[in-house]
Amino acid sequence: MSDAYLPGLTVSPLTTVSKTRRLPIKGQVRVSLGQKVEPNTVVAETTLPGRPHMVAASNLLNIEPGEVPQAMVRKIGDRVQTGEVIARYTSFFGLFKGQCQSPATGVVEHISAVTGQVVIRESPTPVVVKAYISGVVTRVLPGEGVEVEATAALIQGIFGIGGEGSGKLAMAVQNPGEVLTSRHIKAQHRGCILVGGSLVTATALRRAEQVGARGVICGGILDKDLSDYLGYEIGLAITGHEDIPLSVVVTEGFGEMSMAEKTFALLQSLEGMEASINGSTQIRAGVLRPEIVVPREGKGNVQETAATGLEIGSRVRLIRNPWFGKLGKVTALPVELQRIESEARVRVVEVELDEGRTVTVPRANVEIL
Amino acid sequence: MPIEVNVILIVDCGSTTTKAILVERIGEEYRLQVRGEAPTTVEIPFEDVTMGVRNAISEVEELSGRKLMDSRGIITPAQGRRGTDLFLATSSAGGGLQMMVAGVVKKMTAESAQRAALGAGAIVMDTMAVDDGRLTFQKIERIRQLRPDMILVAGGIDGGTVSHVVEIAEILAASDPKPRLGTGYKLPVIYCGNASARDEVGALLADKTDLRFLPNIRPVLEKEELGPAREEIHSLFMGHVMAQAPGYKDLLAWTHAPIMPTPAAVGKIIQTLAREQDINIIGVDIGGATTDIFSVFDQKFHRTVSANLGMSYSVCNVLVETGTDNILRWLPFSIEAADLKNRIRNKMIRPTTIPHTLEDLLIEQAIAREALALAFSHHKTLAVGLRGIQRQRTIGEAFQQSSGEESLVDMNDLELIVGSGGTLSHAPRRVQSAMMLIDGFQPQAITRLAVDSIFMMPHLGALSDIHPRGATQVFEKDCLIPLGTVLAPRGRGRSGEKCLWGKVDWPGGSAEVDLSWGDIQLIAGQGPFKLDLHPHLAADIGAGRGRGLRREVAGGVCGLFLDCRGRPLLLAEEEHQRVRQLLRWYKQVDMYPMQVEGVL
Repeated sequence: MSDAYLPGLTVSPLTTVSKTRRLPIKGQVRVSLGQKVEPNTVVAETTLPGRPHMVAASNLLNIEPGEVPQAMVRKIGDRVQTGEVIARYTSFFGLFKGQCQSPATGVVEHISAVTGQVVIRESPTPVVVKAYISGVVTRVLPGEGVEVEATAALIQGIFGIGGEGSGKLAMAVQNPGEVLTSRHIKAQHRGCILVGGSLVTATALRRAEQVGARGVICGGILDKDLSDYLGYEIGLAITGHEDIPLSVVVTEGFGEMSMAEKTFALLQSLEGMEASINGSTQIRAGVLRPEIVVPREGKGNVQETAATGLEIGSRVRLIRNPWFGKLGKVTALPVELQRIESEARVRVVEVELDEGRTVTVPRANVEIL
Repeated sequence: MPIEVNVILIVDCGSTTTKAILVERIGEEYRLQVRGEAPTTVEIPFEDVTMGVRNAISEVEELSGRKLMDSRGIITPAQGRRGTDLFLATSSAGGGLQMMVAGVVKKMTAESAQRAALGAGAIVMDTMAVDDGRLTFQKIERIRQLRPDMILVAGGIDGGTVSHVVEIAEILAASDPKPRLGTGYKLPVIYCGNASARDEVGALLADKTDLRFLPNIRPVLEKEELGPAREEIHSLFMGHVMAQAPGYKDLLAWTHAPIMPTPAAVGKIIQTLAREQDINIIGVDIGGATTDIFSVFDQKFHRTVSANLGMSYSVCNVLVETGTDNILRWLPFSIEAADLKNRIRNKMIRPTTIPHTLEDLLIEQAIAREALALAFSHHKTLAVGLRGIQRQRTIGEAFQQSSGEESLVDMNDLELIVGSGGTLSHAPRRVQSAMMLIDGFQPQAITRLAVDSIFMMPHLGALSDIHPRGATQVFEKDCLIPLGTVLAPRGRGRSGEKCLWGKVDWPGGSAEVDLSWGDIQLIAGQGPFKLDLHPHLAADIGAGRGRGLRREVAGGVCGLFLDCRGRPLLLAEEEHQRVRQLLRWYKQVDMYPMQVEGVL
């Protein structure tokens, strides 16, 4: 590839954010085109077929599967309550009796004369899709959902956990290099999305959870803290379904890493505003990065990040050892392949680090800020 | 498609990269001309696979000077420096083909269903069976969670009991499964079980799913007929899955043959190679998300996919499955486990980065060894003969108390290992690829090693269906890079004790061999090598325990590896001893640049 670098993540003070809010299966859309919505507005809803329960009626009644339909005292389509008798069998003038009860409240869906099983289906489970961000409905997908659009500040992280949420942005630390610990988190942070610096510890996450915070944003996290907080190790980069009450967005990566100044300054300027946060991350088959969306007044787009590609003067972060996390600017883009320490021959970029020295690294290992 | 084919263009739409190759006929021979690649564009914000295809092809155009596309699509046929005679595509973008399979007995019909799906190039998300140990409600919950592209249902022999397979259908009907892509269509379900149960299965599933009936894959216990099921899977992959994926309708209109799932194409070329050379072979494709293993032993083909073992997206899962210690054991330097884990996690979240330092390269190659070993162990458990059939056992088998269910993968009969995927194809030194294959698979006796030069096995697999001669010529001349041969005595001995001795001759040279247990030697060169070697009494180099061997073997870009490290290969427990051991091995085969004597 001619430009083999990883594009940077979006950190924009003002952009148009559009979110498609779609049901998993067909249902009803509850809002109309042009309608203003809030994060908690239900935009579409449907019902998932209720949980089925299979009752081995022939075994319970001790009869042949073919005799089950005759033994049923409730028929297909009948509503039944938990514990209600659904099949009964008597023989030898009532000498041998057996009965079969419904394990759940629901509807008799199927009676099988082949296997002797009866299926009781619970009531349908309602599924709602909320707007997630404050904005305006710009498109209705009949029976499926809507598109919601907002003018907003958008900050994408590199990795996150936890699903969607919303709350007020609150700066919990003073600078992007500060570690967010439990002592930074106060009772008044209830319902807030907290902004940390270079690291968040497992105890800080637990404290945030305890005070009722809705989310945490930080530069880095240690693998051991993440595993400690979740209680297990994440194997695949598909997150968002963790059973936790808050969402976490990591902006830089694993390890102690100062949050990019630009990101920290933007979050600082948005303090006190209502934000939406989503920790869901998927780095395979449809890249999905965690994000913070802060709807705000304004017009137009402030273009950011990798739209123009890597150029002399581009501000970059090195994203692999031996200079992992260092910042600098591009000073040269040699065309020829060059041999690096691992002996691989790759396309490289020369970067003058903020600390003064110039280094040559693979283009794949820099990220445009 | 024109009768005379002079120019062939093939693309593979991978999950991250779309790779295009251009093959041209030069005289009587088909040869690879150039290769281009670009990011795959199936996902937001592009959502059109043809954009990535166009970008990859435009790189091919730039490099070859041949105009291949215009605003309407691919230019055909070839005229002068314009157009191509044949355009083919394979795809694993968007997560590939994801299936669920079900059968009555886990180790019989469910296993046959699994083999049919895997052989067709699918990732099997779950295998359900009446006797899989899960309770009915657990099975239902699982099906409701999964959103496969299709479901394959087998079960029972023709004319046998219908109740068990109907029970499977009842569970499926109760679960009301939904497809992964698209909200407006029914989930395809292929039924290839007991033909006598079709009416009952139809009554349960015809309304809720897009149900198709096929001949039973196990019409009798002694027979497995996977062909029709695999063809139907391919046809559904084209008609349903691909039709739902963004941009594929246009791509389908351009191609001269149906788009093939990438792993199915790789499987085809591996089978072709095994058939043409009449050998037992193992092929491996270690990707960012998955590791696929293909084997052909005694003409029986098996494929398995370890869906969550890979080198970028799934790299943390290798760590979780094998454990930190197993990765650390391949590293001849000290590194804190916490530091190692943070590095691996950073690779997961930024999957396109490449190792810059030697240390990072060693870590990545250590992970690759473990991923290969895990995937291979998984493969061996699935590559077995038909179970549940009566078999006559020899007196020897009776004494060995063998169950008759051993894996068909026999390392003593293995003749060739072919490696593919970025980590193996693009290792800075080819000897590193060879050692990853040796350490991951631990071949015994005599085995040839090769790598796919630039990852074009999928392309050639697709071509082998349409133009076998072209596929074979490019495969042998441009794709396969012979690394050499490994000779590994089976058995173990005391470190330092004599293991292998004798002489190796090759055109223009010869070498005396005198190796102890725990050593490895590389004799560089293309060979052929004439071996006159004798093993330790407890060791077997292919002629029986303690028996000498005279034979000619091929060389390659690396040469002949004489691997006396023992099988199974064990590393020292104590750290300093292990580091010394690794450094010695790496030095013996010149695997890494040794910057300071004894220290990497």
